[in-house]
Amino acid sequence: MPAILQTVALQAFYGSTQALFGVDVAVEAGGITALLGANGAGKTTTLRSICATIRTNGSIIFDGERIDALSTEDIARRGVAHVPDGRGTFSELSVEENLQLGGYLLSGGRAYRDSFDRVMSYFPALKERRRQQAGTLSGGEQQMLAISRALMARPRLLLLDEPSFGLAPLIVREIFRILRRINQEEKVSVLLVEQNARLALDLADHACLIETGTVVISATADEMRDDEGVRRAYLGY
Amino acid sequence: MELFVEQISSGLATGSIYACLALALVMIFKSTNHINFAQGEMALLSTYFAWTLLAAGLPYWATFLLTIVVSFIFGVVIERTVVRAFSSAPHLSLVVVFVGLLLTFNALAGWIWGFMLKDFPSPVRGLSTGTSLVDAHELFVVAVTFVQLVALFAFFRFTKLGLAMRGAALNPASARLVGIRVGWMLALGWGMAGALGAVAGMLIAPVVYLDPNMMLGVLLYAFASAMLGGLGNPAGAVAGGLIFGVLENLMGTYVIGHELKLSFALAVVVAILLVRPAGLFGVSAVRRV
Repeated sequence: MPAILQTVALQAFYGSTQALFGVDVAVEAGGITALLGANGAGKTTTLRSICATIRTNGSIIFDGERIDALSTEDIARRGVAHVPDGRGTFSELSVEENLQLGGYLLSGGRAYRDSFDRVMSYFPALKERRRQQAGTLSGGEQQMLAISRALMARPRLLLLDEPSFGLAPLIVREIFRILRRINQEEKVSVLLVEQNARLALDLADHACLIETGTVVISATADEMRDDEGVRRAYLGY
Repeated sequence: MELFVEQISSGLATGSIYACLALALVMIFKSTNHINFAQGEMALLSTYFAWTLLAAGLPYWATFLLTIVVSFIFGVVIERTVVRAFSSAPHLSLVVVFVGLLLTFNALAGWIWGFMLKDFPSPVRGLSTGTSLVDAHELFVVAVTFVQLVALFAFFRFTKLGLAMRGAALNPASARLVGIRVGWMLALGWGMAGALGAVAGMLIAPVVYLDPNMMLGVLLYAFASAMLGGLGNPAGAVAGGLIFGVLENLMGTYVIGHELKLSFALAVVVAILLVRPAGLFGVSAVRRV
């Protein structure tokens, strides 16, 4: 299958500090790739690089075209949705206003209502809370809202930054179940950053292990699970 | 009793003037989270521009509309050139920039148009209101203020662009990720504030005469009104302006005399903000940490 996203020799910088030293990752069209690695390895930085929120070098190819010179806004307009580190909720606005902003690129009220109904079918709990201020939702609901917001504009690639962060195991399992459905039903490809390697490998079909700013292993999820070193260091058995 | 009613009605009229400029302040605050100290002087330049057009023989309403359009563009240009250059600077640097703009525009107005008081017409001057309590221009000011308030409220509440502007101000990083061109939203906020300020200037000038220092006092009151009502809330700013106008008149007439009415009004604001930091009608957002 052709890759919908590919980074080649991607470098990234925070000010003058280099954080990525040549990262090559790919997401197959319709597939799920997981980025694994320890804290500070460069997983979140890789997602930020793709959305051009930090300075980068190297090439990022989305759907056959280079996007590394585009602005964050234009990358979103091409169909890349990012659920950022910290969820990026518009906390002062209502749940529904958050979703309206997610659907900012949709043209017209009809397209919005279609998207709204579709997205709410995955997260019916949010629908009941549509008038509530988003900042008062529980952590799990805020994560669901962040995913919903990203889905509103019908993206072709979803970048997810630690959807399990700070949530109870039960909620995490539910969210990952829904993510699998979303991947299949929405035909949206996913690049997933996750600390919880076991969870990520269950969902993904491909995985890259990042250490100090470079990809050290790139393999199918099954191969990764069987890798002795990965199992010891990241799966813990 | 008649004096009392008269003080209230004229207080409402001056209050509307404060409210007009306060709306412009709220506009920029809501779309960029900044407080523009140069708002009054931008309005001053707009008013002089209108005066020049009128002096050249253009009819009032054509002047009114043209001034609004030009002031909108002026606001956008100021944001795109001056303010943009400081987009990553700390808040305090921007305060200095705004004060600098205030002084620049003030000097510019004096340099171009001189310091002589100029008469500025009202489109309703001389019309009868059927009562001696309120004159036609005062009613006109009140009406325009309310039209602007309703329009602003509807814009932020019901339009996609209004929501996008709020989103861009509240969380620029997330706004970019959903495809909103944040830079243009900020410029648009400045443009709209410029237009609102222009209206305020053209409403004030017939009352106080046009001169380069016309807006200084008004700006102070407008700030106080916006703070009183809650900076992020257009309706609060208008309510704040009206409360201020009336309070100032009543206090001046009955209690403390003319000299102390400004100090008193400001003391009231401080007292209210002590009890309600978000302003009378401001809502402090709840945030989970």
